[in-house]
Amino acid sequence: MIRVTLPAHLRTLARVDEVAVEVSGAATPRTVIDALEACYPVLRGTIRDQVTQQRRPFLRFFACEEDLSHDSPDHPLPEPVIAGREPFMIVGAMAGG
Amino acid sequence: MSSVRVLVGTRKGAFVLTSDGARKDWRIAGPHFAGWEIYHLKGSPAEPNRLYASQGTGWFGQLIQRSNDGGETWEPVGNKFAYDGVPGTHQWYDGTPHPWEFARVWHLEPSLTDPDTVYAGVQDAALFRSTDGAQTWQELSGLRTHESGPSWQPGAGGLCLHTILLDPVNRDRMFIAISAAGAFRTDDGGATWKPINRGLKSQGIPKPEAEVGHCVHRLAMHPSRPDVLFMQKHWDVMRSDDAGDSWHEVSGNLPTDFGFAIDVHAHEPETIYVVPIKSDSEHFPLEGQLRVFRSRTGGHEWEPLTNGLPQRDCYVNVLRDAMAVDALDRCGVYFGTTGGQVYASADAGDHWTAIVRDLPPVLSVEVQTLP
Repeated sequence: MIRVTLPAHLRTLARVDEVAVEVSGAATPRTVIDALEACYPVLRGTIRDQVTQQRRPFLRFFACEEDLSHDSPDHPLPEPVIAGREPFMIVGAMAGG
Repeated sequence: MSSVRVLVGTRKGAFVLTSDGARKDWRIAGPHFAGWEIYHLKGSPAEPNRLYASQGTGWFGQLIQRSNDGGETWEPVGNKFAYDGVPGTHQWYDGTPHPWEFARVWHLEPSLTDPDTVYAGVQDAALFRSTDGAQTWQELSGLRTHESGPSWQPGAGGLCLHTILLDPVNRDRMFIAISAAGAFRTDDGGATWKPINRGLKSQGIPKPEAEVGHCVHRLAMHPSRPDVLFMQKHWDVMRSDDAGDSWHEVSGNLPTDFGFAIDVHAHEPETIYVVPIKSDSEHFPLEGQLRVFRSRTGGHEWEPLTNGLPQRDCYVNVLRDAMAVDALDRCGVYFGTTGGQVYASADAGDHWTAIVRDLPPVLSVEVQTLP
């Protein structure tokens, strides 16, 4: 299971706290978000654009103290994330509002 | 006894204000969707407890919410707005081509007859329709692909389709308005569209009387007379008596004819309301005095309505979707401000009171008159 942390607004929307999703095949940002959206359809379009599939510009992907935002969405996640010891973090930009 | 339900969209959530027909004591419910921008919410004329809301933020994009119980509970519905085909480009602020990109839903207009049919006006400008209660959306792409589309340019708020008027007599006819392209009409249910901007004059575009390129802020219509349209343009209050084929200015004695909101009395088709704003660079009332202006003659002659409104040190704005009327015997008029006040008049504008004073900035106000 891949642990995923979400920004507060998305936790409220999906009515969850930290979540864990099962990924078939390689665990990458794309497959994790695919699994997340399958479990919580309300999140479709909130993390990545539904048409372009691009990450929303005010969201970032972190794990194991690394910024994965600009890696390929098909790049494998770090081993501690795959092992469930560390979460895949979807983080909202600290941009006020 | 009749009652009213006022639907308020704000920068940080939605609020539902309810009162009986006296419109003196109000119940405030909300915020719904706390922390999210609610550009607009509106109820179905065919089933008043069916509401639709546009929920979004710059962080997480666009969501659409639906209620079947008058706003007590909500469920998220479809939020995929995909332009037909390859969308191409419109003009950017600097006049260069810019790709059409979906940003948000500005306005939701439920069908007059079918609770499951609803139209969405979006940025970048396009019109979408759902016929399954907002689960799925299809673009009416005849509008965006009009030959003038590549020349459309954004207003300060973006290239937004903000007004949708459904003709209650001719069901194939709709009017829409886009900042800053202008007004358009379809006579075939949305398949094809024609610009209806003859008579508009706008400084700031190369040809002031061009067919498109005008920053129309809002259109209004009385349902008994759908060929008569009123318009608050960037500058100028305008009127058409031929379904938009031609327009003439009715700003008359207004102290400034810049503004955003415009609406029509529920029972008097020649009584209209605007809230004059000082200028396009100073989005607040003249001299710190919040005044609604009413014309009982369909324009030209206007009277200020001030009783109960702040007459000093008031520097709020009233946005284009933030005024509405109810249909009670004594028509109620409502508007919200960027300062978070929602004002109501239960006597057609003669006296005003604040229903609530300290909401987040108000983006939209709609009113439902309930049996």
